[in-house]
Amino acid sequence: MTVLSVFPALSGPFPNGWAHYLAGGVLIGAGVSLIYVATGTAAGTSSFFSAQWSWFSRLSFFGHARWRQERFWRLAYALGLIAGAFFWRMGTGVRLTTAVAPWRLLVGGLLAGFGTRLSGGCTAGHGICGIASLKRESFVAVPVFLLTAIVIAHLLP
Amino acid sequence: MSLTPKNRDVETSFWPRALCALAGGILFGLGLAVSRMVRPEIVLEFLRLRDMGLLLVLGGATGTCLLVFQLAPRALKKPLLGGIFERHPGHLDKRTIVGAAIFGAGWGLCGVCPGPAIAGLGAGLWPLAWAVLGLLAGAWLHGFYASRSDRFS
Repeated sequence: MTVLSVFPALSGPFPNGWAHYLAGGVLIGAGVSLIYVATGTAAGTSSFFSAQWSWFSRLSFFGHARWRQERFWRLAYALGLIAGAFFWRMGTGVRLTTAVAPWRLLVGGLLAGFGTRLSGGCTAGHGICGIASLKRESFVAVPVFLLTAIVIAHLLP
Repeated sequence: MSLTPKNRDVETSFWPRALCALAGGILFGLGLAVSRMVRPEIVLEFLRLRDMGLLLVLGGATGTCLLVFQLAPRALKKPLLGGIFERHPGHLDKRTIVGAAIFGAGWGLCGVCPGPAIAGLGAGLWPLAWAVLGLLAGAWLHGFYASRSDRFS
């Protein structure tokens, strides 16, 4: 007796079930909300990458005070992301793998990294924090990146 | 996200802030693993419109945050650790749109966005280190571009 047998209509768009998606989403929201209530910061994730360059790079952009102020807690945030997924792996014993080719991860990451910083947010910064803050630029950015990603994913095998 | 306000609250709560970021990150990472978003194939299944799960993840996270982001500033005078509830100084111009399109192209190519790239390493998805390298390189390129055009944010 699965949840799907109670809501058979939901098995179409969700062939792999839906409860774990919703539960995971609420957990993500709880994490971002905790940081917001405690510190007042709407914490996206892509600024992590810019902030960490401020330890090493002499480019004027990375010398901005914002990165020096943020780089430590953003590092802690990233370590938390790793730790949370690690605890899940230890707790469940599930071993996930991916067959996506390294070149696609590298090139895709490069485009995503440049694009998100140019746009001012990623799926977390624009998608979660921006929409939750009712920011108008996020209501533009989210449909643009969703549509582009859907088109690209359909064009490529 | 915005420039950290210059006040005593912020300067004296350095470690509590870092601990909150760590705790928030742990919940975030758990959520990404529970929802399997750390696995590029699951994201690509959504982008190919075969499994709408990602919409539930995004909806669950955004719905939770919408409530908290809208209610917290009304219920509390200031954040628990001091400072202010920030309004991120975003921009809505050509960069917002072109950047989002480039981000979407990369996301559609690899099925990885910044949060899952980092959390994936904790879930043992070692190939995602390639995506983290790419994201770091992309952020550097943006910094290079922004330094040349003398722009911030």
